[in-house]
Amino acid sequence: MKIVRWLYFSLIFAYLYVPIAILVGNAFNSNRYGLSWDGFTLQWFVAMWNNPGLMEAAKHSLAVAFCAATVATVIGALAAIGFTFYRFTGRRMLQGTLMTLMMAPDIILAIALLVLFVMLGVSLGFWSLLLAHITFCLPFTTMTVSARLQGFDPFLLDAARDLGASESQVIRRVVLPLLSPALIASWLLSFTLSLDDVIVSSFLTGPSFDVLPLKIFSMVKVGVKPEVNALSTLMVALSLVLVVISQLLLKEKEHAR
Amino acid sequence: MKSRTRSLIIALIGSWLVLFGVLPLLLLVVSSFLGQDPEAFFVLRLSLDAYRQLIDPGYLEVLLRSVRLALITTACCLVIGYPFAWLTARLDRRSRLLVLILLMIPFWTNSLVRTYAIRMVLGTQGLLNTLLLQTGLIDQPIRLLYTDTAVILGLFYLMLPFMILPLYANMEKFDYRLVEAARDLGAGFLATFRRVVWPLTWPGVLAGCIMVFVPTMGLFYVASLLGGARQLLVGNLIHQQFLNARNWPLGSATSVALIIMMTLMLAAYGLVLRKLAKRSHAP
Repeated sequence: MKIVRWLYFSLIFAYLYVPIAILVGNAFNSNRYGLSWDGFTLQWFVAMWNNPGLMEAAKHSLAVAFCAATVATVIGALAAIGFTFYRFTGRRMLQGTLMTLMMAPDIILAIALLVLFVMLGVSLGFWSLLLAHITFCLPFTTMTVSARLQGFDPFLLDAARDLGASESQVIRRVVLPLLSPALIASWLLSFTLSLDDVIVSSFLTGPSFDVLPLKIFSMVKVGVKPEVNALSTLMVALSLVLVVISQLLLKEKEHAR
Repeated sequence: MKSRTRSLIIALIGSWLVLFGVLPLLLLVVSSFLGQDPEAFFVLRLSLDAYRQLIDPGYLEVLLRSVRLALITTACCLVIGYPFAWLTARLDRRSRLLVLILLMIPFWTNSLVRTYAIRMVLGTQGLLNTLLLQTGLIDQPIRLLYTDTAVILGLFYLMLPFMILPLYANMEKFDYRLVEAARDLGAGFLATFRRVVWPLTWPGVLAGCIMVFVPTMGLFYVASLLGGARQLLVGNLIHQQFLNARNWPLGSATSVALIIMMTLMLAAYGLVLRKLAKRSHAP
């Protein structure tokens, strides 16, 4: 029985990891088409580095992901604080909107925002993309921070207020420091979500603002490009680092309890 | 206790969600009732043209094929993911953490990169064909890429964690003593599963299926990278109507159909949860 179980786990993990392993292997393979192993090389990483279009798109993607993660974490944290500690009219409706945004497929949010931006006359590019990315990260950051607030002692707030702290001081000096692991985890998740996004970006970016996933998409469609293997390998490494960091944070959270 | 900070926070989240959440979705619904114009995206004239086009047999066929592909994907994820989640929930703490991290890494890896990676396995000279040729199971490379099967394999690859995680969240709370009690009372493996395990894990199953089924229909890049020339998923139709055909009302109407489908599924989910809650409160 035990053997069957481990065989089953191994099969699933093989299915999940073998394609990634082949991709990473080919990034170091001197055979251009990756059909057989012709020896170790770093030339595709050099080629990637020297591809101005690719590097430009990478810079754009990192800029959008960085800004979107930061803003989404700030607004998400404030939303979580607002929904947890305050009672106000329209609260349920806003929470419902947040849930809808999370459940709705990306493509629906993408075209809904496209229609909005076109009607408002916002030109498509960095700003339209940033606003959209913040919006689709927002439910995830709010949920992550809210989960952390569930175990929060409300008397801490009362104590701070009794000691004469203003509402903004309570949030800055008491709530936010206690939330820091959740804030970092939210930031990392948003950053990954933004870098990963193909669907929203393909609708909401203009011709002059190319981002990484769209660049990869068009390169892959044309045919095998070994630079894409190199780039993908870097992205796999990046997500590995991010998962490990977020897991360490979660572990720390367990210890804190 | 009113304060400026409090009002500022409420105003900020309220205006963001209304401006970028409620308003765009309303506009989307409105634009599905407008007339089409290739120059100006749409014209301000009420019409049901988009919905008439939507039920055109050719269009409807694509929609149905897309639903079928998404259903097969969901079923595959459920059949493979259910035992996986169950076995993971039964592991000890340390191995459980390891399995979950191993599951999270692909989940956090760029989905486009992984779709691209799948191509290297399924291609004519990819891993699968090479293996099959070398073991002598086939003597001609089989065509896997650019078929419906490839799309399903790709979608399954991307969506499997979305099935396993809600199932696992449900099964983690499962009281295993119920299984032991059923066994003690003489229930066999199948009876225990059908009468005890399945009904109690049903909310997780439903949540997982919704998490897989709904986004799957929008993943147009999987269909364009792995599928044939035909447009396979609803997402491809919407993409095409918005970016190539410039028929925004039709694209919007297709999305409205998707929203309705999603709402119905969520309503069903809520209904099941309520029914279960009622049953557990009954004397």
